[in-house]
Amino acid sequence: MKNIKTLNNKTLCESAKNGGCGECQTSCGIANQQCENKDN
Amino acid sequence: MIHQYKLSGYSIVLDIGSGSVHAVSDLAYDAIALLDSGMSSAQTEDELLPKYTKTGASHEEIRECLSEIEELIDEGKLFSDSDYEPLADELKERSRGIVKALCLHIAHTCNLNCSYCFASQGNYKGKRELMSFETGKRALDFLIENSGSRRNLEVDFFGGEPLMNFEVMKQLVAYARSIEDEHGKNFRFTLTTNGILIDDGVIDFANREMSNVVLSLDGRREVHDRFRIDMKGRGSWDRIVPKFQKMVEARADKEYYMRGTFTHLNTDFVKDIETMLELGFTELSLEPVVCDKDDPLALSEEDKAIVLQQYEELAELMIKRRREGRPFTFYHYMIDLDEGPCIYKRISGCGAGTEYMAVTPSGDLFPCHQFVGEENFKLGDIWQGVVNTALQNEFATCNVYARPECADCWAKFYCSGGCAANAFHASGSILGSYEYGCDIFRKRIECAIMLEVSRFEDEEAQE
Repeated sequence: MKNIKTLNNKTLCESAKNGGCGECQTSCGIANQQCENKDN
Repeated sequence: MIHQYKLSGYSIVLDIGSGSVHAVSDLAYDAIALLDSGMSSAQTEDELLPKYTKTGASHEEIRECLSEIEELIDEGKLFSDSDYEPLADELKERSRGIVKALCLHIAHTCNLNCSYCFASQGNYKGKRELMSFETGKRALDFLIENSGSRRNLEVDFFGGEPLMNFEVMKQLVAYARSIEDEHGKNFRFTLTTNGILIDDGVIDFANREMSNVVLSLDGRREVHDRFRIDMKGRGSWDRIVPKFQKMVEARADKEYYMRGTFTHLNTDFVKDIETMLELGFTELSLEPVVCDKDDPLALSEEDKAIVLQQYEELAELMIKRRREGRPFTFYHYMIDLDEGPCIYKRISGCGAGTEYMAVTPSGDLFPCHQFVGEENFKLGDIWQGVVNTALQNEFATCNVYARPECADCWAKFYCSGGCAANAFHASGSILGSYEYGCDIFRKRIECAIMLEVSRFEDEEAQE
């Protein structure tokens, strides 16, 4: 696209498919975290 | 819902429902704003024509831009729906009763006397005491017993000053390592320290066993020594900086970060970041002070504009140093747009009071370290478990959908509704909100995403 560049491919909706495993680090920021689920 | 902003020369559009981040041209930026205001595609085209044909854009180029926007809408990456509320309850049910992280307060005492300390100089408004090995061992057993199928377990050694109970810390780590395999668990330990007691033994132990260390440093000597003083009123900067430098050098590529506090008296905190960089530290965090709003150190309404400007200045400094090949990280600007947390995590928050709890030296359980000392927030203890289930249920409802103020906030899936302790101290309710903190958070996320756009654009330019 000439006018719009999208930086990320996976949408939040897609992240729900294998999400919620609970193995990621607890946070005290959510945005800074990385997913630790290899299937996600 | 979308959020548009311009920062450091970049035009950025965030689609909140999908989490998509778009770097856009001025033409697309204006077109998206018009569509967001309720205009049709045809009306938007008519509105854009006079302005953009003056700048040399053809009618065809405007139509092409609108067709790109339509394509993103069709892909669900712009003006997308975002009803994830049912997932919040689903996750709560799925993880009910699961504990995966403990903040072990192994020392409710301290060898410094910092006047701004949220923990009342380390004793949390109570008596000075150290956790015994027996209590710590029971806390680790409690964690394993209540961790369900979770493999990764976290234990933070916290205080007060945890190194004042170093022998017990070592014994607890050895105990955890001796039982983790048989239970199929992986313990990750962290240490938060003021640095006074760091020596070669501590450095060796921390580098072997701590997945991360948090080192308390406020930046400039005069800023740090204004508050971080010992019992005789002497500053600590000269004593701790060489120890921190030695520890960081020895950690090589293991994680650490410098964790400082800024107050009303140093709202020009980028200078403190620069001091840390000059000292050789590159993993940095500086946080607004946590205190009563009437405290002379509290950030005022007048400070807010300065603080927000400082966050922008900090982002500019990061771009400059990255381009010079001298990058550094600022914890609130670390964001992974592709491998970040899933939507379940984003709506459920930090887990305080449910999957994360603080343990006092005597074994009492509190929702998190910032609630320790608030007797109304005692959940139970490590022998009986959680007995105040009503309180725990209240914390379980702490998600992004629990606060009406979050409904229209574009940053809700980045902050997950914010910090329950901040909300409590600002509004008297853990389900309240802390608007000052929200403004700071939104600015930090705008900067963090802009930094990703900057990196992306630089990489594209090099290709």
